Amino acid sequence: MKALKILTSVYALAVYGFIFLPVAVLVLFSFQASLFPVPPFTGPSLRWYEAVLGDRSLTAGLVNSVLVATVSSLVAVALGFLSAYGFARFRLPGSGLLRALVTAPLMVSYLIIGMGLLILFNAVGLPKSLLAAGIGHAVINLPLCFAIVYSQMGDHQLNAERAARDLGARSRHVLVLILVPMLWPALFASFFLAMTFSWDEFVIAFLLTRFETTLPVEIWGLLRSGLNPRTNAVGSLVFGVSIVLVLILELVVFRKRRP
Amino acid sequence: MTSRRTIERWRPWAYVGPALVWTVAFFILPFLVMAWVSLTVHGTGETLSAANYAQFVHNESYWRALVNSLEVTAIVTVVSILLAYPFAWFLAEIVPERWQRLGLMLAVLPFWTSYVVRSYSWLLVLAENGVVNNALTGIGLLSDPVQMANTRFATVTGFVHFFVMLLTLTIFANLKQLSPSYRKAAADLGANGVQIFRHVILPLTLPGIMVGAFLTFVLAIGDYITPQILGGNNELLMPQLIMMQIGRRGDFPLASALALILMAVVTLAYFACARWLRIERA
Repeated sequence: MKALKILTSVYALAVYGFIFLPVAVLVLFSFQASLFPVPPFTGPSLRWYEAVLGDRSLTAGLVNSVLVATVSSLVAVALGFLSAYGFARFRLPGSGLLRALVTAPLMVSYLIIGMGLLILFNAVGLPKSLLAAGIGHAVINLPLCFAIVYSQMGDHQLNAERAARDLGARSRHVLVLILVPMLWPALFASFFLAMTFSWDEFVIAFLLTRFETTLPVEIWGLLRSGLNPRTNAVGSLVFGVSIVLVLILELVVFRKRRP
Repeated sequence: MTSRRTIERWRPWAYVGPALVWTVAFFILPFLVMAWVSLTVHGTGETLSAANYAQFVHNESYWRALVNSLEVTAIVTVVSILLAYPFAWFLAEIVPERWQRLGLMLAVLPFWTSYVVRSYSWLLVLAENGVVNNALTGIGLLSDPVQMANTRFATVTGFVHFFVMLLTLTIFANLKQLSPSYRKAAADLGANGVQIFRHVILPLTLPGIMVGAFLTFVLAIGDYITPQILGGNNELLMPQLIMMQIGRRGDFPLASALALILMAVVTLAYFACARWLRIERA
């Protein structure tokens, strides 16, 4: 047993090494002073960060990404929440089939969803735009938001809903004043997840945007120049910001819920 | 009174309606349009033709892409499971309870870069003058750097990196759900460690593994980013072939046909795993 413990510990260290290797290399060579992000390390230098922060198209991509992620996630959460309520509280004909329909996009690759929308938008004359990409992102995130909220709709809310209704509350009041506060953790989790997925999504945005585009598509454009410390710097910045956000989330939101 | 009842009858549709309309308009409809377009021929205006599908069957470079995709995905799935299982076991069984959350968070941490950047990072690591080649030639294991970027090896490495993390999470959750009394019962009946693992723990975590394997398969076979950045164009996978039809040639009919073929393969995989996926839900 002792030998097994040592063996798996060594193995786990190796896996951690494997998991961290690319990110470590990415961040290290973002501080490279010379033109190529390969050994030997010539830094530290902040010149590539300077170049990135001064790059208009990258900062515009960042703003666009935040915009698309926020709006598409709001749409996905709203539609997901309403449909979860409808499916959980009412008996609908063909309910199982309809629920399968709402979750179906989970099974299909982003590439195919993006391509289908591209062909459809071409046919109806909607030009490539942030709006088109936002619609695509809401399509991939709706099933997720629905599934999360639906799984959290239980009987303890039902009692509160009944009580409110007995006291004369109308349906929409029950929804907004009782359910939203009670489901707040699920709503927040699904919104956060949808934001993350939209923020990181590349293929749909690549297919559905043209002049104004999102950050992952801008980064993709940088890759055409091969290995470039500028890409390292963008990647490290995205990494850093995400880590800070996750830490804040962990400390502020999730800590409270634990006793 | 009747009108009130009518309102009551339609009320649920007001809740589920928007999501249904959204899904039909932006998921089902595009799919139907794509199916229709796949039956037309690029540049000729011919409709109701199976030419694109025939082309897939007859043109070796096309079905080769599907074979490549299946091979890469199968390798990735198996390797990821084999690497993730002992790691998840370590986190669930060896690491003390209070450190487990931290251990998992650490394992997920590097994935907070964007997906595109993560693939690019592997390019840095595997490049001809990159870190790995540099280290291996430095210590004399290699006399000359080997090409690792733009190969199937690079694609597989990039995928395995991502899916080891994902599978570790699912297998860890699975191991934690196992009641310790199973193990005690097996031990009381005289089973040794290896026997407990083979006859108790492994069978009980198998459904979870299958769900993870299915997830890996679906996500990997449809991914364009990793093979495009790391594999390059030496060997095309299905998503690369599809993108090529859209990008360079604007051949949407062929791209649609290829996309539907890929979807059919994923659906087949779903039915193959359906037994396991259902067990998980119960």
